[in-house]
Amino acid sequence: MRIDDVVEIQPNPNIADFGPGDTVRVHAKVVEGERERTQVLEGTVIRVRQAGVGSTFTLRRVTHGVGVERTFLLHSPRVEKVEVMRAGKVRRANLYYLRDRIGKAARVKERGRTTNQQGA
Amino acid sequence: MDALIGRKLGMTQTFLSDGRVEAVSVLEAGPCWVTQTRTAERDGYTAVQLGFGQVRRLNRPERGHLRTVGVDLRHLREFRVDDVSAFQVGQKVGAEIFAPGDYVDVVGISRGRGFQGGVKRHGFRGGPKTHGQSDRHRAPGSIGATTTPGKVMKGLRMAGHMGARRVTVRNLQVVESNPDRGVLLVRGGVPGAPNTLVLIRRASKKGR
Repeated sequence: MRIDDVVEIQPNPNIADFGPGDTVRVHAKVVEGERERTQVLEGTVIRVRQAGVGSTFTLRRVTHGVGVERTFLLHSPRVEKVEVMRAGKVRRANLYYLRDRIGKAARVKERGRTTNQQGA
Repeated sequence: MDALIGRKLGMTQTFLSDGRVEAVSVLEAGPCWVTQTRTAERDGYTAVQLGFGQVRRLNRPERGHLRTVGVDLRHLREFRVDDVSAFQVGQKVGAEIFAPGDYVDVVGISRGRGFQGGVKRHGFRGGPKTHGQSDRHRAPGSIGATTTPGKVMKGLRMAGHMGARRVTVRNLQVVESNPDRGVLLVRGGVPGAPNTLVLIRRASKKGR
């Protein structure tokens, strides 16, 4: 018996297939004291770490001139839903270079969109 | 039965019902068979001998010992119990004896680290890194006084073989018990490398 045969990953049907460069909206459960509510965060995926149940992805967005990054556990029950808002076209897996860029330079090209038609 | 023989499969993470993440050890727990009972009249103490791990080939003494069990087993271990009358040779036990929330003690053989110095083996601080020191960075320091007592005290901690000894970790909480697969998920770490034998007992000091 191997450990990978024992630990099962239940894929969450509400999590869309996404990758680095995509702009996604994450519905995450947040526990505040006694209450639990759903928080929606949107940002660019700058990193996806594949590690079985411990897989994570990191969102980055700039709000009020401050860069904010948040890492989520992909298979956590606290991640309710992930929607892809915009598919990005990038040439590397970890988009750390975005941290050094501000404003227009920090954009990611959109994938699958041609001049006239809208893609994914 | 309050104990099992098993195998450490390794570590992973799991999500608790409230969404928190817990580091867990995955243990193959049983199935074990009762291979022998020890009674006060015959053996002077009471215990149950359990067997674990099916094996293809046994030598004749081993086969003779397990003849009444009906299963060829590789590992045999005894566990002390107060009353043997509830156990019969050939009886099967598995992960179903532990439920989530139970506390267990896990015994294993720790990973062997070979010959290690005092810094790693006993947490010595070593010597200063600077102020003209040479060759003293990981030295053990003084090992005793001078003419009185004129010897090094017995049991003084020094460099030597580290690891590969029997280690018990107490009071590990069972996070998940899956009797169908014979698997226990236990909170925290367990001694030994993956695929090594472990003994799992109901905790002796907690949760009784």
